[in-house]
Amino acid sequence: MELAFSPAEQAFRAEVRAFLDAELPDDLRDKVRHRRELQREDYLRWQRILHARGWIAGAWPKEHGGCEWSPAERHIFDEECHAADAPPLLPFGLQMVGPVIYTFGRPDQKEFFLPRLLSGEHWWCQGYSEPGSGSDLASLQTAAVRDGDDYIINGQKIWTSLAHHADWIFCLARTQKEGKHQEGISFLLIDMKTPGITVRPLVLMDQGHHVNEVFFENVRVPVANRIGEENKGWTYAKFLLGNERAGIAEVAWNKKLLQRLKEMAADTPASGERLLDDALFSRKVAETEIKLTALEYCNLRILAAMQEGSPPGGEASMLKLLGSEVTQSITELTVEALGYYAAPYEMADQTPGSNWTPVGPEAAEGVMGQHLFMRAITIAGGSSEVQKNIIAKMVLGL
Amino acid sequence: MDFNLSEEQQLLKDSVDRFVLDGYDFEKRRKHANTDDGFSRDNWKKFAELGWLAVGLPEEYGGFGGPIETMIVMEAIGRGLVTEPYLATVVLGSGLVAEAGTDAQKTEILGAVAEGNCMLAFGYAEPTSRFNLADVTTKAEKKGGGYVLNGHKSVVYGAPSADKIIVSARTSGGVRDRDGISLFIVDNNASGVSRRDYPTADGLRASEVMLENVEVGADAMLGAEGAALPVIEKVVDQGIAALCAEAVGCMEMLKDETNEYLKTRKQFGVPIGKFQVLQHRMVDCFIELEQSRSMTYMVTLKLDEDDTERRKAASSAKAQIGKGGVFIGAQSVQMHGGMGMTDELKISHYYKRLMQIDTMFGNRDWHLKQFAALTQ
Repeated sequence: MELAFSPAEQAFRAEVRAFLDAELPDDLRDKVRHRRELQREDYLRWQRILHARGWIAGAWPKEHGGCEWSPAERHIFDEECHAADAPPLLPFGLQMVGPVIYTFGRPDQKEFFLPRLLSGEHWWCQGYSEPGSGSDLASLQTAAVRDGDDYIINGQKIWTSLAHHADWIFCLARTQKEGKHQEGISFLLIDMKTPGITVRPLVLMDQGHHVNEVFFENVRVPVANRIGEENKGWTYAKFLLGNERAGIAEVAWNKKLLQRLKEMAADTPASGERLLDDALFSRKVAETEIKLTALEYCNLRILAAMQEGSPPGGEASMLKLLGSEVTQSITELTVEALGYYAAPYEMADQTPGSNWTPVGPEAAEGVMGQHLFMRAITIAGGSSEVQKNIIAKMVLGL
Repeated sequence: MDFNLSEEQQLLKDSVDRFVLDGYDFEKRRKHANTDDGFSRDNWKKFAELGWLAVGLPEEYGGFGGPIETMIVMEAIGRGLVTEPYLATVVLGSGLVAEAGTDAQKTEILGAVAEGNCMLAFGYAEPTSRFNLADVTTKAEKKGGGYVLNGHKSVVYGAPSADKIIVSARTSGGVRDRDGISLFIVDNNASGVSRRDYPTADGLRASEVMLENVEVGADAMLGAEGAALPVIEKVVDQGIAALCAEAVGCMEMLKDETNEYLKTRKQFGVPIGKFQVLQHRMVDCFIELEQSRSMTYMVTLKLDEDDTERRKAASSAKAQIGKGGVFIGAQSVQMHGGMGMTDELKISHYYKRLMQIDTMFGNRDWHLKQFAALTQ
């Protein structure tokens, strides 16, 4: 048993840190630090910088343009990126559809899609949830009906993150109505410019435009854009959901958020003392920090097991569950730390070129918006209740 | 980064696991717990033969292994709800001697403990100290070449069977001063030592230890005069790590038993584990166990770091284990229904032990407060 990373892993950490020092633009760091909404171009700029360095896809095999980093190296890279306030890498292409394409796609699909995905030329979004199919995803109704060399798609997707930025959408659609729900689904890659697709914004409680409804009305998609076999889409969808779960605990990001909460509470006066010295407040911070420490070591244990080749099973659900709860505790406490200054709130301050100047202390910026948006993380990607169902079934055999 | 056991550690684990599985079924445990001693002297001899009474102690005094080996033994002790006073004698008693003792003290005591010929106990708490290790009113006054001890040490686990009791006493300073505390090794049958022995709620044995003009020689002092608190804190943190491992053993046993019960107990025509409300509660228990195990590894591997890091590790782990242990204990009773209430089933016995583990060396509130102070 040994907690320390190996000398080679520590050298890798130093290399990542030096790269971030040199290459991460200050204005991007600043935006992340101030919890400002990142624009399409912000994500793409960072993606292009990493792509130029060859570090855009840590987990991918080298033959497809990845780094083949070990789980520990990926963990170190994530830690350093968050510590430096780097913009996050969106998961839809790099973690979700990319591995599906290189695992199940045809050679021509790999050749066309993978380089464009890595370079940022194609922005991907995920067409999974539907108005009637949330936790019960396999009940989805969006229909794909064969017509010669095309499918004709009709239906609606919902909660589609950043679809308004996307060039392509990977979609689950029903190609067969008979039999079990899971057996009639196909996995399709659809160009967002195809006639018949409408994207409509859904504004969330933080006033932000993160998610959308996507409508399909007689949308023609070449059969050639199907991944793998017809009616086998659920297999690929499950592979996607189970893939690359180690980062799901968001330990590094949570550590960063917690550090900033403590800095803020140390700067906040409360009846002549620091808020951080308030007995009840500091107790809540301590509880959260201990929960984060437990999560960190759960995550390291699972990483160590992955290094030895055992893929995470139901444990990944535990990491998602705990990580999202820790994030919510931290953002709740951050709002609490602000006291009255959590109230002034205008999403306009997120819009580029807006004249809005933040009210209150500098650290107040973006806090309420982040907290409100983070209510979504125990719902999205399999709600906490669904994660518990998975653990009960896969780990406990109930 | 590696959470695997070495080959030697795996052998030790196999050996303690086998002992608990084969030689320590619950009815045997109940029989031993109900004897006058509250444990089996034969088992203690066996522990000595197998080398377990030297685990975690310096090699030059016949010991072997370190915190990981102690964790392995303590986890098995938790699983079997073992009543032999291992924590009191080996982890705390020998731990204090190894940390602060003179060469002569180490040679004499560590050797005797390892052979199974000497049992120890550590009296640190007092009726008014609650969890503060520095809150010591027991007095040690110089007399002749030695000291005279007066005071009351409370709930000293393992004291009824101990040959020697190590006590903290104040040689100078005010009641809660960090400086001025010393440690003394007192023979249990020394003149002026009186005990009130009792069984504890978790099926072990403890005593109120009264010291009335107990005269000891200068060679009874363990470590430097007035400078014992850092030693006590360090060894108590080792005790916390060991206790965390014991708690994990208890929690794992409860999780396994309760999960099995959910699969076999039928109501409304189905196994009760088919009900989502119980599935989710069982998942909550599983997650508390995993968090507790992770924190146990963390504190075990950080015991040799500097004081601040070690204390942070110990307080965070203890806060988690206290919370998780009582949660799993109470939920296991609840999910077993009326049967969970009975003395017959082992469930309630594990619950009672986990409650005492939460309290021992400071409960979760105490450690949250310590952790907050260390991390602000």
